[in-house]
Amino acid sequence: MIQLTIFYIFAAVLLVAATVVITSRNPVYSALFLVLCFFTSSALWLLAEAEFLGIALVLVYVGAVMVLFLFVVMMLDINLAPMREGFARYLPVGLGVGAVMVAEMALVVGSSSAEFAEGAIASTVVEGGDSNNVRLLGNVIYTKYVFQFEVAAVVLLVAIIAAIMLTLRRRGGTKHQEVAEQVAVHKADRLRLVRDPRGKHDNQ
Amino acid sequence: MAQLWELSLIMIQITALIIPVLLTVALMTVAERKIIGKMQLRQGPNRVGLNGWLQPIADVLKLIMKEAVLPSSASKGLFIVAPLLSIMPALAAWAVLPVAEGWVIADVNAGLLYVLAMASLGVYGVIVAGWASNSKYALLGAMRAGAQVVSYEIAMGFALVGVLMAAGSLNISAIVEAQAGPIWNWFWLPLLPLFLVYWISGVAETNRLPFDVAEGESEIVAGFHVEYSGIAFAIFFLAEYANMVLISGLAAIMFLGGWYSPVHGLPLIGPALAWVPGVIWFGLKTSFFLFCYIWFRGTFPRYRYDQIMRLGWKVLIPVTVVWLIVESVFVITGFGPWF
Repeated sequence: MIQLTIFYIFAAVLLVAATVVITSRNPVYSALFLVLCFFTSSALWLLAEAEFLGIALVLVYVGAVMVLFLFVVMMLDINLAPMREGFARYLPVGLGVGAVMVAEMALVVGSSSAEFAEGAIASTVVEGGDSNNVRLLGNVIYTKYVFQFEVAAVVLLVAIIAAIMLTLRRRGGTKHQEVAEQVAVHKADRLRLVRDPRGKHDNQ
Repeated sequence: MAQLWELSLIMIQITALIIPVLLTVALMTVAERKIIGKMQLRQGPNRVGLNGWLQPIADVLKLIMKEAVLPSSASKGLFIVAPLLSIMPALAAWAVLPVAEGWVIADVNAGLLYVLAMASLGVYGVIVAGWASNSKYALLGAMRAGAQVVSYEIAMGFALVGVLMAAGSLNISAIVEAQAGPIWNWFWLPLLPLFLVYWISGVAETNRLPFDVAEGESEIVAGFHVEYSGIAFAIFFLAEYANMVLISGLAAIMFLGGWYSPVHGLPLIGPALAWVPGVIWFGLKTSFFLFCYIWFRGTFPRYRYDQIMRLGWKVLIPVTVVWLIVESVFVITGFGPWF
């Protein structure tokens, strides 16, 4: 009963926040409501006892990705008027993509939900009733799906290198710190002790 | 009815944990000023209460009485929410920290991940405060704090990966139990480089000296909370100190054997000290790190911003990666009493 109440509260917050993400006029508010979306969906996953996925969602998306998003959005002065101009033109494409996604979700949730539930129960039973989510997931990822996992890792690596290469440009005439020289400097290179030409001060 | 009872029991547990944490924060603020005072040959606060130890109560009263100014061009909602965003994760992370054997609110399997996730949420308070204030200094401070926290989180995460490899579990109670034994059985010894990296990153994560460019009084006044006053400022202050207590408590749990005494399991002296409750040892270890925070503040000059970034990305992260490889060899060969 309490679990169900919590589920409905989080689900309602999730839906409202997701709506605000696409309707808000201020991009910073949109980004922050997206953070709220991630957070509430993570709470829903925790309720479904997928604790590893739930916490990883907060750690990766909320803790790292959205912080960088917020940075960019805060620094840019986005004028929304020109961005809204093409709304009617792109609407059919958007509706098409939306329909495909809804159909996919209906297929997953509707027809084969019994299979999903059976599969989940079966894998828990194999481990002898051990409900350690992290251990179960690790065992599957690193044995059964190791190939797909490695391919995903390589794709990520390619994306990192591509992102760096796209933004890397070498400009002449920039000033930067020579760290090795700074570290290697000695007192004798920078400091010269001179005798005060006026002689000794008598300020005693 | 049974569920209601369960809920109220959890509430009591939370209260029993949060009140000592907040008391530690209060004591920390006065201890900091006293210790810094002694280091600089001053007295420190010594008027309110016995030798100045009731100073935090006077401070809190003063801050509550003051007007909380709401800048006219600020984003009102976010300006008010920001302090809450920074205090919430600092307190929420305590849910999975065992302060003594079995004394933990939620003994979850992915406890370490949960702590990392909560630690990574703290930056939102700072960023939102900086943006909502609509002020240059606040935004600059928020940018600095955000970049710094995101950078050092990676080094800190890697250091904690080393801990979970050594313990073979993400459950925090299991991590402490893997260190059962005297002081040389704790993880600080086999993971010494990771321990140092964790501690440096922890100081940087909390934006404390020598990494306090986010507040940098001499450059950007007070950074992200320059527009805050009264109780809103007090909550930021509370969050900063609660984060320090959290990072220190985590250090005690991950690397210094949590609730175990330094002579645990030794003949003669081990049983002689067995009557001391585990929470005392945990408190002593945490206090040591809290003292280090103040000690660093009293002795180190502030880092330059580019030096902070270089230290994080080019020194600490490579060190953790190398030591993770060394540690994998340890784990495979079953080196020493630790693996």
